[in-house]
Amino acid sequence: MLTRRDFLKTTAAGSAVAMTAGLPMPAIANDAPVKLGYVSPQTGPLAAFGEADKFVIDGFLATAKTRGLNYEVVVKDSQSNPNRAAEVAKELIVDDEVNLVLVASTPETTNPVATTCEAEGMPCISTVAPWQPWFIGQQGNAADPDSWKPFDYAYHFFWGLEDVISVFTNMWSQVETNRKVGGLFPNDGDGNAWGDETVGFPPVLEKMGYALSDPGRYQNMTDDFSAQINAFKSGRCEIITGVVIPPDFTTFWNQAKQQGFLPKVASIGKALLFPQAVEALGKAGHNLSSEVWWSPSHPFTSSLTGETSAQVAEAFTKATGRPWTQPIGFAHALFELAVDAVSRAGDLTDGDAVAQAIAATRLDTLVGPIAWDGKNLPPFAAKNVAKTPLVGGQWRLKDDGGYDLVITDNKTAPNIPVGGKMEAIT
Amino acid sequence: MSFIDTIVQGVLLGSLYALFAAGLSLVFGIMRLVNLAHGDLIVLAAFLLLVLVTGLGLHPFLAALVAAPLMFGAGWALQYVLLNRTLGKDVLPPLLVTFGLSIVIQNSLLEGFSADSRRISAGALETASIGFGPVTVGFMPLLGFLSAVAVIVGLNLLIYRSAIGRAFRATSDDAVTAGLMGIRPQRIFAMATGLAMVVVTIAALYLGTRANFDPTAGPARLIYAFEAVIIGGLGSLWGTLAGGVILGVAQTLGAAVNPEWQILAGHLAFLAVLLIKPRGLFPRAVD
Repeated sequence: MLTRRDFLKTTAAGSAVAMTAGLPMPAIANDAPVKLGYVSPQTGPLAAFGEADKFVIDGFLATAKTRGLNYEVVVKDSQSNPNRAAEVAKELIVDDEVNLVLVASTPETTNPVATTCEAEGMPCISTVAPWQPWFIGQQGNAADPDSWKPFDYAYHFFWGLEDVISVFTNMWSQVETNRKVGGLFPNDGDGNAWGDETVGFPPVLEKMGYALSDPGRYQNMTDDFSAQINAFKSGRCEIITGVVIPPDFTTFWNQAKQQGFLPKVASIGKALLFPQAVEALGKAGHNLSSEVWWSPSHPFTSSLTGETSAQVAEAFTKATGRPWTQPIGFAHALFELAVDAVSRAGDLTDGDAVAQAIAATRLDTLVGPIAWDGKNLPPFAAKNVAKTPLVGGQWRLKDDGGYDLVITDNKTAPNIPVGGKMEAIT
Repeated sequence: MSFIDTIVQGVLLGSLYALFAAGLSLVFGIMRLVNLAHGDLIVLAAFLLLVLVTGLGLHPFLAALVAAPLMFGAGWALQYVLLNRTLGKDVLPPLLVTFGLSIVIQNSLLEGFSADSRRISAGALETASIGFGPVTVGFMPLLGFLSAVAVIVGLNLLIYRSAIGRAFRATSDDAVTAGLMGIRPQRIFAMATGLAMVVVTIAALYLGTRANFDPTAGPARLIYAFEAVIIGGLGSLWGTLAGGVILGVAQTLGAAVNPEWQILAGHLAFLAVLLIKPRGLFPRAVD
């Protein structure tokens, strides 16, 4: 039973606590570093995406130090495995007690991590996965748009399928073809989204007068593409598109050449992102085309270091002795966004406060201006997705056997300069 | 026309699987050792070839000639020093050790070569093809098929027509009695694994020129090798070739219906064989 005295005691204690909450936190709390969790595929088939992580994180920690910021980054490897990605996300939240989770590279990594964070009330910034597989892939019922719900803690920045479709078709319009397209869509997060009858390539291509021949979803790490090659041959396709993992594209391209199938244009997502993957094709990589999300010629600068894209790419090559890759810019931008959101969030232990700070972001990053304002997005994704510019490029064989990625189409983002015109594959 | 092409491509694909499987079949047939690191050893051999091709500028086929004795030595040492200690009545230790070996090989390769997808360049041969009436056959896959047949014929000749083959069979049948006759099972086993590594080198040559490989590509190849061995019947080399071809044809036929069916069709063919003939199509004498 509650006596008058007990009542007085508890309310007095309660109001004392309520009063201290308004006071500034004691200085001791400020000494604890801001803990960022970072998940990416550093080993396994997707490891090329995680190649730049060490460079970016070392650079970030050095910059943070010189600017007097106290940050700690807990890095976790997803091992290119969605189950492992979800597991390490839980570890970051429960064991490491991070303040914010950053995740990058393909829906197979971003989705399990973002879903785990959303369930645990942990703010999360995600990137390097087209937004449709990211947003729709995390919904309980992907087939029913009415059931799709926005997220409270998970935020994503990247481009979408509509961008890659317009980039690819813009590139194709520069080359004279019979407008017959062969599609290579695997049975994974990306492939199912790209080949989707409502949000993917098929409806848009039909509207634009391209005939798409899509033999169906195949499994990744396939050793034989003769079924697809036969279908494309009988459909007289002169354009090949799709979202293929690098080993499969090599198998396909080799078999296609062996069986006398030679398209004029091949615009492939994922497989042709990395110079190493194109070099693995030998001379057969000349004039293959791909989407370009970041390059040294992108006219943006880092909000953390003030470096331009070209300077960051050069620093990477100098530090590692390897050619620049597209994920560098986005991994860098993740940390720019984290620092920006943390500086505005107030109480970092409060997930809602950090999530609100992320949502209010207006920042010019190394990959372009980022704001979760719903620009160029359907209403259902407006809250959680911010779009970055996308252009198209072609790999050109250099005299020394290496490859250069030349931007050949910028209709979708005219502020990014082109380096040449589309050429047909010969 | 398209149907014939599908079958032909399936046979060519199947011969690649048979090459993957031949080494596994040989090792299992002689010492009942299931080598879970077999796929990773193929990838290891592929990296060895890559080093020889890029480092010394050798042609891939020449590189395979150089790599084969090296791999033979590595296999010999692996069996003599490590795997022989695991052989015994219990089937678990060799499984565990080769499983661990698989992880060690993957991570050492990752450390040494990074996670990049690599490929062995065979120059103009890669895209060369030969027309047989309505069917166009790639030169490298055709060569792969001929190599698979040659490997199987060669191994059969060795096992059934030579003194070392007699020792292989004797040790396989009864290691203790063979030991009484002056054969040292340990050395015979080491010899067999060395031989299997030579076959692995040939498999790596065709894997490396056909598709990209990276340090973690091994296990994905292992499953087809296993299926080919089991479809054909444990211990039978011709059976392994037949098993590979059945698997390859099932996959291309499945893919011709719908690419979604490609891998599944192969697994279904495997299950069907297991249901109808649980010991495989051409099982060797009762164990």
